[in-house]
Amino acid sequence: MEKPLNNRAWLMVAPVLVLVLFSALLPMMTVVNYSVQDSLGQNQFFWNGDAWFRDLLNPSTEIGARFSDALLRNLSFSLVTLALEVPLGIAIALCLPRGGWAVGPLLVIIALPMLIPWNVIGTMWQIFSRADIGLFGAALTGLGLHYNATQNAISAWCTIVVIDVWHWTPLIILLTYAGLRAIPDAYYQAARIDAASRWATFINIELPKLQKVLVIAVLLRFMQTFMIYTEPFVVTGGGPGSATTFLSIDLVKIALGQVDLGPAAAMSLVYNLITLTICWIFFTIMTQLDRRRYA
Amino acid sequence: MSRITLEGIAHSYPRSATMALQPIDHVWEQGRAYALLGPSGCGKTTLLNIISGLISPSQGRVLFDGRDVTQLPTEQRNIAQVFQFPVIYDTMTVAENLAFPLKNRRMERAAIKARVAEIADLLDLTNDLPRRARALTVEAKQKVSLGRGLVRADVAAMLFDEPLTVIDPALKWHLRSKLKAVHRALDLLMIYVTHDQVEALTFADEVVVMKDGRVLQVASPAQLFERPEHTFVGYFIGSPGMNLIAAKISDHVAHVSGHDIELGARYPKIKNGEAVIGFRPDFASLVPEGGIPVQVRRVEDLGRRRLARVALGPHEIFANVPEGVSIGGGQAGLTIQQDRLFVYVNDELVLGDRR
Repeated sequence: MEKPLNNRAWLMVAPVLVLVLFSALLPMMTVVNYSVQDSLGQNQFFWNGDAWFRDLLNPSTEIGARFSDALLRNLSFSLVTLALEVPLGIAIALCLPRGGWAVGPLLVIIALPMLIPWNVIGTMWQIFSRADIGLFGAALTGLGLHYNATQNAISAWCTIVVIDVWHWTPLIILLTYAGLRAIPDAYYQAARIDAASRWATFINIELPKLQKVLVIAVLLRFMQTFMIYTEPFVVTGGGPGSATTFLSIDLVKIALGQVDLGPAAAMSLVYNLITLTICWIFFTIMTQLDRRRYA
Repeated sequence: MSRITLEGIAHSYPRSATMALQPIDHVWEQGRAYALLGPSGCGKTTLLNIISGLISPSQGRVLFDGRDVTQLPTEQRNIAQVFQFPVIYDTMTVAENLAFPLKNRRMERAAIKARVAEIADLLDLTNDLPRRARALTVEAKQKVSLGRGLVRADVAAMLFDEPLTVIDPALKWHLRSKLKAVHRALDLLMIYVTHDQVEALTFADEVVVMKDGRVLQVASPAQLFERPEHTFVGYFIGSPGMNLIAAKISDHVAHVSGHDIELGARYPKIKNGEAVIGFRPDFASLVPEGGIPVQVRRVEDLGRRRLARVALGPHEIFANVPEGVSIGGGQAGLTIQQDRLFVYVNDELVLGDRR
């Protein structure tokens, strides 16, 4: 079909551009603005060049050390939660019935954790994990484990991981289940005719057909875990020490606790760029793999 | 070597009041090609899936060579089945796809390779063997699906569930003759589900005509054509189908809108004489004079033959126009071959006493 060319059509996009300008670009530019200035209070700012960025990316400075520690902590947190949630989510989705009356209630029960507001989750788990009155904490202590989410670094870390797995594995389950339901029966029937084992069916039929939903699931989960804030803020407060001080928690401490707007602005920009870059790399690799398969 | 016996097989799906399959007894003989023919939803796929074990029947037994396999899962029945839409394993190459059923049955690697090469050659897939199966056209994919069925030489039966639906007409003919060749070469029991009568009649030694979960007639293509046992078989098979006309039977004569048609047999037992007479257009011809007087509506020249559409009272009838006979329109006479004129009551064939 012949498409007419008319540059005035750009005018139709103008309202969206204005909206994006106010919702994203202008606030973002204020952050950029702060990141290149220093202030001695009284709302007086002066030009500081790229000094904040250089400090931030140099681990021998105080802020640089904080940043690289938090980044490492955050990356390992994302890695651990994804490594737990994705296989667990797929496994549970595979166990769900493909049809029948039980599907509806089961999916609702599974989705429940996702419907609870973040800070409620934090509060719930704060109580739940207490060794004196919390069921989870008391049970672990009763088993003879040395568990204390607020004083023991390993306990604190594990608690945050468990919360995230509990909170967000349902998303993977739902996405995977939807993907599984989209596979026609004939594939399973052919697999039975071909005497494929359960494992071979999973590897050769289900996993390839799930690839697209899994890319989305992993991307979403990576972004969310990389930006995790509320759970550690409410449950551990970033502690003990700085054991659970992830990037967002550190950022808030610097920006709102110490009111160091310059370093905080620089940090949020770098933080943002890292998230974008990792997502882009991940997405490119997955789609390239896909294309190579077609060749 | 095997024969498959169905004993009183019937099926109804859960939460469904109607029977998907009425009780069926049938023996499928080794080395023959069968077609299950019928309109969509008549139960042919259900029957096929019961034989392959994908569905467990509500009643009856399935025997392979006399051994009861009703409760055995598909994997243990040694059956190959090809589905309506191509099923391929995305992650594998064409060669790996073809090898997959053999690999799962722990066949030796060298033997697998030889067999895959043989089948690929048969289906013209040799050049595609190293390619990813997912990159193929839908037709090539269906050939891979067919190949995965054919690759197993030792199967008890090969089942096809409308395997050529997605294939374009030219290739369809080609693939069908390939299947026929495979059938001759391998001496297998093949059961082929289709709703296309041409496909069924050209492929099969014996055709099972089904409707609404019921087997109406099991016969060779020629028998289905010459002696339909059910009015549905009459009009479903043949193009155009059988002429079916409501008539009042008194002994050896049928009365149709004021005319008498000699039946060539006596039918003394028909209740109230109410019945339907049926004859194929191929066994009825128009003559300029004599015969049953009919009104000629139109004469179509089909190249190989001429077909007339005529009216007998309110009834529309198709009949042949023999070579050399010219029908000018208006009135003509209809003659019917008496040994190809049948009487049906409640859609079932009723036999008369031939004199």
